[in-house]
Amino acid sequence: MGDLDYVYAVARIRVKEKSLLTDMDISQMTALPDARAVLSYVEDRGWGDAESSGDADKVLAAEEKKTADLMRELKIDPSVFALLSYPNLYHNLKAGIKEICTSDPNASAFYPMERYGREEMLRILGENDYKALPAHMQKAAEEAHDVMLKTRDGQKCDVIIDRACLDAMHEAGRKQKNALLRDYVESTIAVTDIKIAVRALRTGKNISFLKEALAPCNELDVRLLAIAASENEEALMNYLETHGFREGAEALKESPSAFERWCDNRLIATIRPQKTNSVSMGPIIAYYLARQNEIKTVRIILTAKANDFPEETTRMRVRDMYG
Amino acid sequence: MSLGMVFAVLGAALSTLFAGMGSAWGVGMAGQAAAGVVSEDPEQFAKVLLLQLLPGTQGIYGLLVTFITLSRIGILGGTAITDTHTGLMYLFACLPIAIVGLVSAYHQGRTSVACIGLVAKKPDQFGKAMLFPAMVETYAILALLISILTVTNIG
Repeated sequence: MGDLDYVYAVARIRVKEKSLLTDMDISQMTALPDARAVLSYVEDRGWGDAESSGDADKVLAAEEKKTADLMRELKIDPSVFALLSYPNLYHNLKAGIKEICTSDPNASAFYPMERYGREEMLRILGENDYKALPAHMQKAAEEAHDVMLKTRDGQKCDVIIDRACLDAMHEAGRKQKNALLRDYVESTIAVTDIKIAVRALRTGKNISFLKEALAPCNELDVRLLAIAASENEEALMNYLETHGFREGAEALKESPSAFERWCDNRLIATIRPQKTNSVSMGPIIAYYLARQNEIKTVRIILTAKANDFPEETTRMRVRDMYG
Repeated sequence: MSLGMVFAVLGAALSTLFAGMGSAWGVGMAGQAAAGVVSEDPEQFAKVLLLQLLPGTQGIYGLLVTFITLSRIGILGGTAITDTHTGLMYLFACLPIAIVGLVSAYHQGRTSVACIGLVAKKPDQFGKAMLFPAMVETYAILALLISILTVTNIG
């Protein structure tokens, strides 16, 4: 489809954008006394459905479903949304392998997905039916499952799966014609590589681990990143500050959650120019990512309220909104 | 029929053809955007309909020039053209609205699509949203004036 084929879909998205949460909404929700009040706030904004009333998980799941249904209705190329769901898909693979190998059921560790949700993933792994997985996952799934069964090394298992996810995203992103999608993929790979490098540094991993774990991307020189992360924190921060990630480095110095927040805010900054684009798939992808971001932010606020976190702590964790 | 007559009829046909093509494209694109908005917010129907119609005027201008031309070259009225020079003059007189009509309707259609997006998000900005595509209309009107002035003053 050419850019002009998305005129109808973009016009619908423009109307939908009016109901996105704004920074003001998030600020108000953060100031509310408890999770119930937050849930009422989003329900008043039309979140949830007839069956989800009062149940936070069901409300959030209903919102995920509404977004997925809208994308299907707009007839967006399924490969685009398959690419956007890679992180969730690989996360479910990780959760599945850990559940199978530890015999410790944890349904909440899985993302609800139409395909490759908890039941399907457990069946595939239980029967070693790797061919039932998408082609880009099969080798990593078999290898990670094998490593976990033989060594119980969860970190090694995570490295294999994370690297496979990044490689699959890089490969799929390279084939995409849409510039926003390519930017999104590159940005995601870059921040994930930084997260891996920081984690490796803090757990004392060597350079060979880093070379295995870091995926190549256009925004970073992963060889230099691996060298910096294998030296010390100062070298890593210096590398980030001199390679266009100064704000990320500052967020890392602050706390891991500040860095997570910076990663998500960076993504929102990447998609923000789509607000003025009338004729391409870009605004639709931006809307989808914005919805994911607001659902994640509401989940953070609900969790913070349920655990009686101070308002200031919650405020530091919430993301910038696209709406 | 003289070669001049052939040129004059060609000019008349091009006016409607090109300007009409541009309008069809512009109204079509704006119509898709309008349908998108109305599917989510039916209350915006009247506003987006007006924005959809704006790129349609070029087709009408082309038709007008075609009628005037045909009524002067002996087809719907006037006197038949007998020389090539006069026929060529009619052809060139029709080109402004034919070409500017096509290009301006295309761009007005795109502007309308963008403004329908604006109305979708901020319905209270309809007045401003109307002005942006209306600006493009200026050039179609200038071309129409030149085509009419030239066609009516030949001979």
